[in-house]
Amino acid sequence: MPETPLLVLKKISKRFGPNLVLNQVDFKLEKGEVQALIGENGAGKSTLIKILSGAYSLDSGEMFISGIPYHPSNPLDGRKEGIAVIYQELNLAPHLTVEENIMLGQEETRFGFIKRKERRTKIKQVLEFLHHSEISPEIQVRKLPIGARQVVEIARALISQARILVMDEPTSSLAKEDTRRLFEIIRKLKAEGVGIIYVSHFLEEVMEIADQFTVLRDGQVAGCGQMAETSLEELIEMMIGKKLSELYPRLPHQLGKTVLNCQKIQGTRMSGRISLELKEGEILGIAGLVGSGRTEFLRTVFGLDRLKDGVVEISGNMYPAIQPRLGIARGLGYLSEDRQNEGLAARMSLSDNLTLSCLRPYLRWGFLNNRKQKQVAADWMDQLKIKAQSPEQKIWTLSGGNQQKVALARLLHQQAKVFLLDEPTRGIDVLSKAQIYEIIAHLASERRAVIFVSSYFPELLGVCDRIAVFYRGQLVEIRPVEEWTEADLMKAAVTGKESNYDRK
Amino acid sequence: MKINTPAPVVKKIGGLVAPFIGLILVISLFSLMPEVSERFLSLANIKSVATQSVIVALSALGMTFIIISGGIDLSAASNLALSCVLVAYSINLGLSPLIAAFIGLLAGGLIGLVNGLLITKLRLVPFIVTLGMMGIARGLAKWIARNQKIDAPMTWLNNLMIRIPRPSWLLLSPGIWVMIFLAIIMAIVLKKTIFGRQVFAIGSNELTARLCGIRTDRVKIMIYTLSGLFCGLAGVMEFARLTVGDPTVAMGLELDIIAAVVIGGGSLSGGEGSISGTLIGVFIMAFLRNGCTMKGWPNYFQEIIIGAIIIIAVALDKFRHRQE
Repeated sequence: MPETPLLVLKKISKRFGPNLVLNQVDFKLEKGEVQALIGENGAGKSTLIKILSGAYSLDSGEMFISGIPYHPSNPLDGRKEGIAVIYQELNLAPHLTVEENIMLGQEETRFGFIKRKERRTKIKQVLEFLHHSEISPEIQVRKLPIGARQVVEIARALISQARILVMDEPTSSLAKEDTRRLFEIIRKLKAEGVGIIYVSHFLEEVMEIADQFTVLRDGQVAGCGQMAETSLEELIEMMIGKKLSELYPRLPHQLGKTVLNCQKIQGTRMSGRISLELKEGEILGIAGLVGSGRTEFLRTVFGLDRLKDGVVEISGNMYPAIQPRLGIARGLGYLSEDRQNEGLAARMSLSDNLTLSCLRPYLRWGFLNNRKQKQVAADWMDQLKIKAQSPEQKIWTLSGGNQQKVALARLLHQQAKVFLLDEPTRGIDVLSKAQIYEIIAHLASERRAVIFVSSYFPELLGVCDRIAVFYRGQLVEIRPVEEWTEADLMKAAVTGKESNYDRK
Repeated sequence: MKINTPAPVVKKIGGLVAPFIGLILVISLFSLMPEVSERFLSLANIKSVATQSVIVALSALGMTFIIISGGIDLSAASNLALSCVLVAYSINLGLSPLIAAFIGLLAGGLIGLVNGLLITKLRLVPFIVTLGMMGIARGLAKWIARNQKIDAPMTWLNNLMIRIPRPSWLLLSPGIWVMIFLAIIMAIVLKKTIFGRQVFAIGSNELTARLCGIRTDRVKIMIYTLSGLFCGLAGVMEFARLTVGDPTVAMGLELDIIAAVVIGGGSLSGGEGSISGTLIGVFIMAFLRNGCTMKGWPNYFQEIIIGAIIIIAVALDKFRHRQE
């Protein structure tokens, strides 16, 4: 007789006002299985997970854990039944130690009066099991890098004896090395019989780690099955419901004069000096591990971090990179990698976010023409297909992909000549990514220049004309895209050495 | 896409519904009490309430900007006390009332400027900076006044806050007209100028504001200085009302001022607020105090009620934003 599945969701439906967010969704998870839950933003993934965890109530349908009916009325019920959810933003208290965070909310139920020493031993055991014995339980979480913080959350789930682990976009802020260690952990958890639901936009990774998949589209199951029997193209097609002709569009474009020239520049947060040249119509990619100094470089060029040394020239004229305002006036446009905390003001409206860097055109006798501002925002919404009800909608209500399009629209609205894009496609859905690649291609064909920082090699190889690799704050190598392979990029990013010969 | 959103007026009123209902509630409450309803709703009383609220209202105009930008100013009341004392002092020195008023205004602006500089250049938390300034300004006021009330001869300044104005065609005291005039101007500045938009942006997300080229330090200094000037003006009005320079005046008034902004829809985490909301907040508290006094309730009742209202207002605000 086949074993009872660990988790069964039958015909789950959920409505928010007039929107049917989930429509008769079936889902099954076996013990020791990793199942990918894939879908565009708005497809219903987070709603499904919240219903599973107990944060939301379902309108109709049934849930079973190991054959027993499961009706959580709040997330605490979910935790008691062994369901642990690790969210993208990580629910950790930065000023508390690792040990305190792991025990948060569990002091009474798990340990009662057990002495501190035993508790610490147990935590060390779990961290060792996760191959991260270097994390000390006494260290404050805010001092840990993000990869380690994620491990702390996983440890917390294990100590609460979770049987089902849901991971929501676990790798979106991780470097390749951390991702590799995470996958090791996942495989160990599988061997222990833990069922894992893996939600992610990185389809290549998902194909590597997951056994099964379920694709949601517009609240319904668009496809499910064994990962080994499907392909990347099939998954994408299931996600968006139509054939994707080409993910990385290339438009013909010519290179013009040098528009940005950085000579041995060093900013307050840069650890080394960088020299780089960018021509009109060029798309320059910058690859590197997390912490290789790419973000610091862009911020220095833009003027967010003060320029200590070296010279930045824009179209031949020296640019004192000390203030964003000057950068914007000279045609620089900067897209922050931290979209939620820096790139956009969550509680401001779409139109305010979009026009904030360039309000002067709306002045009429000293006063802002609010109507015109909103109309312009509405026009950009049409052009970039930003899905929102009106320009007055607050940004936090938009999906990640639409938010990023607003941030990009701001640069277009500024009529920037040089685009400094830091991880523009991180954590957004496939369709929005495709649209952003198209926008970048158009920019190049219009003789504007783009610097594209990314940790995802395939998109750099697909979009850029040249790719530079950074390592520990230095520029290691820069080559035309035809001369790079993914392996070479990886080697340069990880070792900091130029290929073919060792750099002393 | 053509914008089909409802007319802006409707949207604006939407956010003010809660405070407005609060105001109606307070007025109805006291109007329904038989012993006081006649006096409470009389024209004379309403004018009296309006006159008394001028001082809080003027200070609250500046505080609105500060709170929208995500900051706070605990030194507002001490600032206005210092101004009040300085005006009396200057008149006693023989200076013309106009110059004296100007000095009061300037002192207020200076305190605000120092607040702004400390907060931006030294990157200190506004709560702590203005808490310290609260003590400093109050101390200075007591020092200058030698711990007494400074008597000053009557001048035209005192006419600013009298209930029955001269000339009588003004209907309301000049102080109230000044308040109305400045409130309208500040409302326009907040909603329709680039500066106003920058204030909202800084309060919503200072990082984003900076990224968009807004000179956040400069704007913040301007906000605190502006608020200081309003407190200075409030100090002048206080002098006009009291006819003496009293260094102990307005003790604890900063709470009323901040409460007015919060009750009116201002969020202490920044990015939200309005002049009209603040004014409603001012009137809610003014009518509350007025009604309590009329009923003969002791002062501590007022304090308890106002404290409770602040908590309710903030809780309502949290509830409104629960989805975020």
